Amino acid sequence: MDAIILQILNGLDKGSAYALIALGLTLIFGTLGVVNFAHGALFMIGAFCAVTLSKILSLSYIILDETQTDFLGKPLKVKVPYAESWFGPEIGAAIIDWSVPLAILFSIPVMLLIGFAMERGLIKHFYKRPHADQILVTFGLAIVMQEIIKYFYGANPIPTPAPDVFTGSYDFGVLLGFDPNVIIYPYWRLVYFGFSAIIIGAVFSFLRFTTFGMVVRAGMADRETVGLLGIDIDKRFTLMFGIAAAVAGLAGVMYAPINSPNYHMGMDFLVLSFVVVVVGGMGSLPGAVLAGFLLGTLESFASMNEVKSIFPGIDQIIIYVVAILILLTRPRGLMGRKGVMED
Amino acid sequence: MFGLDKKDATLLVIVAILTLCAPFLLNPFPSESALAQFNAGYPDLMQRFVIFGIFAIGFNILFGLTGYLSFGHAAFLGVGSYSAVWMFKLLSMNVIPAIILSVVVAGLFSLLIGFISLRRSGIYFSILTLAFAQMSFNLAYSVLTPITNGETGLQLTLNDPRILGQSATADGSIPVTSLFGLEMRSTYELVMGPWAFQFNAGYYLCAVIMVLAFYMSIRIFRSPFGLMLRAIKSNQTRMSYTGLNPKPYTLAAFVISGMYAGLAGGLMASMDPLAGAERMQWTASGEVVLMTILGGAGTLIGPVLGAGFIKYFENIFSKINDTVLHSWFSFMPDGLENLVVMLVYPFIGKGWHLTLGLMFMMVVIFLPGGLVEGGQRIRRLFRRKDDTPAAKTEPAE
Amino acid sequence: MMGILEVKNVNKRFGGLQALGDVNLSVAENSVHAIIGPNGAGKSTLLNCLVGKLMPDTGSVLFDGQSVLGRTPHEINQMGISRVFQTPEIFGELTVLENMMIPCFAKRDGSFRMHAIGHMFDEAELVEKAEHMLESMNMAGKHHMHAAAMSRGDKRRLEIAMCLAQEPRLLLLDEPTAGMARADTNNTIDLLKQIKDERDITIAIIEHDMHVVFSLAERITVLAQGMPLVEDTPENIKGHPKVKEAYLGEAH
Repeated sequence: MDAIILQILNGLDKGSAYALIALGLTLIFGTLGVVNFAHGALFMIGAFCAVTLSKILSLSYIILDETQTDFLGKPLKVKVPYAESWFGPEIGAAIIDWSVPLAILFSIPVMLLIGFAMERGLIKHFYKRPHADQILVTFGLAIVMQEIIKYFYGANPIPTPAPDVFTGSYDFGVLLGFDPNVIIYPYWRLVYFGFSAIIIGAVFSFLRFTTFGMVVRAGMADRETVGLLGIDIDKRFTLMFGIAAAVAGLAGVMYAPINSPNYHMGMDFLVLSFVVVVVGGMGSLPGAVLAGFLLGTLESFASMNEVKSIFPGIDQIIIYVVAILILLTRPRGLMGRKGVMED
Repeated sequence: MFGLDKKDATLLVIVAILTLCAPFLLNPFPSESALAQFNAGYPDLMQRFVIFGIFAIGFNILFGLTGYLSFGHAAFLGVGSYSAVWMFKLLSMNVIPAIILSVVVAGLFSLLIGFISLRRSGIYFSILTLAFAQMSFNLAYSVLTPITNGETGLQLTLNDPRILGQSATADGSIPVTSLFGLEMRSTYELVMGPWAFQFNAGYYLCAVIMVLAFYMSIRIFRSPFGLMLRAIKSNQTRMSYTGLNPKPYTLAAFVISGMYAGLAGGLMASMDPLAGAERMQWTASGEVVLMTILGGAGTLIGPVLGAGFIKYFENIFSKINDTVLHSWFSFMPDGLENLVVMLVYPFIGKGWHLTLGLMFMMVVIFLPGGLVEGGQRIRRLFRRKDDTPAAKTEPAE
Repeated sequence: MMGILEVKNVNKRFGGLQALGDVNLSVAENSVHAIIGPNGAGKSTLLNCLVGKLMPDTGSVLFDGQSVLGRTPHEINQMGISRVFQTPEIFGELTVLENMMIPCFAKRDGSFRMHAIGHMFDEAELVEKAEHMLESMNMAGKHHMHAAAMSRGDKRRLEIAMCLAQEPRLLLLDEPTAGMARADTNNTIDLLKQIKDERDITIAIIEHDMHVVFSLAERITVLAQGMPLVEDTPENIKGHPKVKEAYLGEAH
């Protein structure tokens, strides 16, 4: 029992990331009818927003500290971050420590901008082209984006720690009446899960309760008709793409402390996120979220030693096996609607 | 000639001559000159040209004709490589049985994957093939380690049985791959004045096989079967209401292109007898997509051009570093020189993939027919200048 | 007498909507049978049930004594039923001659034949057949044109020619003149008349345009709200009060 709870918890953070990326993919696909292979790259750029901000915040200058000496007896050279010298040592240190959460604020405008630019500059011209062309051009764009990041940040993963407060783990077992140290869960993963839940909630309420959201939902159901109603769908599409990019970016920002960002992390997530979208049902937002968590949890179950001793290597392939089975038995996915992408 | 009409026969002959003379054509610069870095007439690079050419020709039979975009073809290449290496380990170092086995195994594997993936079309098909390939890659890395040797990759050892050959040579080293005794690595160097040309046995084996593969693809393009494949791409509704069953046609195309990929994988292992899981990764599948599109999907010569183009520039671009750049632009005033070098630098050397990505996007956006279409446009431009009416381009050329 | 096409008690529901209710229809061999009815009468649903695109909930569809239900479109086509679509379905990226070759192959080789070695234009017999067909449709000289580049009228002719190349016993036409100018419509009528005179073929036509229906049909079935209303000769249909009611009802 405790092992099962632990695995469910372990599946949550990966599941959250899958769900957020899949949500963005589905938004873009559902409203714009575009298959975006560069969505993983947006996730990756989000993570690098966190890296960038933490680098900017910890920019330092060097002073000679007379109170300390090195082994030759000379005064020690000490790096002092600008942040500390401007805001005082304590607040400055806190700002640096909290750079990842701060990066949320930093990343939203950046991601929106990237999203707008991408839609206006490229995607717009591909609405009427075949899906194969959309896949190809966004695939090319993904390569370009990740190579740019690689050029500036190098090929190695860059550790980006979460604030100190969140290091350590929470002992869930005690809460549920198990022995201590049986079910422990890192705080930051808990934060990640909570954060994703908020974002998912925000996206859904945005679609549910605003006029804009209503038009978007109508557009997802029947794009042509909405166009005929004389609603300026172009601007909304651009905004929608920006939002989807921001969602992917935010997922990336907060994921940075869990896995040190590297330039190809987006591609790794993209393949799985596509599988998630397909399992959830192309064009179904709840399906994307559900499938994201489902597959995340399934993956962590499959990596239990008990399971692996029966089916060796199952953790490596479980997601693909499930996806293939679902596609063959329920071609529309778990919650897909009739008439979406049925060519 | 060979059942081809004049135009196709000419194309085949040109390709054959170009591949057979490649050691000359790719080494136009004297080996001591500053331009020698643009030479590409080295055995391993030339082998890569033709092997990836075969891979792309096969991929084009599926994607170019039927329009089904597979993102998992590297899996077949990987399977082919593994089969070939196993043949070297167990049977003998002769490349023929290894190549045959790799084609057969890749064919069977693609039959299985194709049968399942082709139950869906469009983007679902792409994602299914992607999932299958990624699954194979993960399996090769983990569970199948006894067969694939996991991360290290499958290699030959001195303890391999090699029933029809020898486990080790007389001097105690691992034997090398050969074609009935002709070693694949043997290279004849012809020195003519300042030029040096290399003729490699392995390259010529690959080149001959590629010309054959190219010939087969022309035959398929012009055959009734090829017509049906193009019909699938054009209009599946009309196809089934004309009494034709698209499924077996598509599956046949899928298996044929899988066998081409297996052939390429087998040749790769024959030139250098090792196989690693990274050959199956989806980035590798992406590469063959890039080659085919860049050259011109659905055209005969396009995939070969694309493969050669990408492999050539990959090799050349990654050799250029900032010292080379500085020497190129040294005629400029210092400040300007540094600026130009700084601007160009991100696109060369390790930045080759950036250039590739940009180029690929440009092709998809502006030139969906790839290099072949580009060539046709230029040709038409010249014809118009001559005031001759532009001839209609033949479809599927 | 048993017709070449026998539809018996066919029902089809979409959710709460009864698209077809107990449809019975008998098309006599070598006749021209029109199925008419106001919008939403279930004409297209009925057609889709005949060609394997839809599966009726109950009932039977017999073609020449054999059931077509549960068969795929290409199987039904190989039985001898060809379909012409409302908007011409042709192979736009292929040349006109290639378009014509495809049904010729389908007729000779069946639904699948691995034919990867020969040259498609080496099949002299089939090329001749395709060219002959194009000629008889007044489309000679357009052999090497991309089908997509043709006018709509020509696309329609090509599609009909492709269907005829298969020598079907039953030709189904789904509003073949929809969206056509008067002149094109008249051309199509003449073409169909010519086809009927020259061949042993049964034609079932779904049509909105009364002019087309009354110029061609020997028998007419009127559908309304998924039910067959009347079946009779054109003369009797013209003044039939029920038919008038059905059509006038639609106008309101």
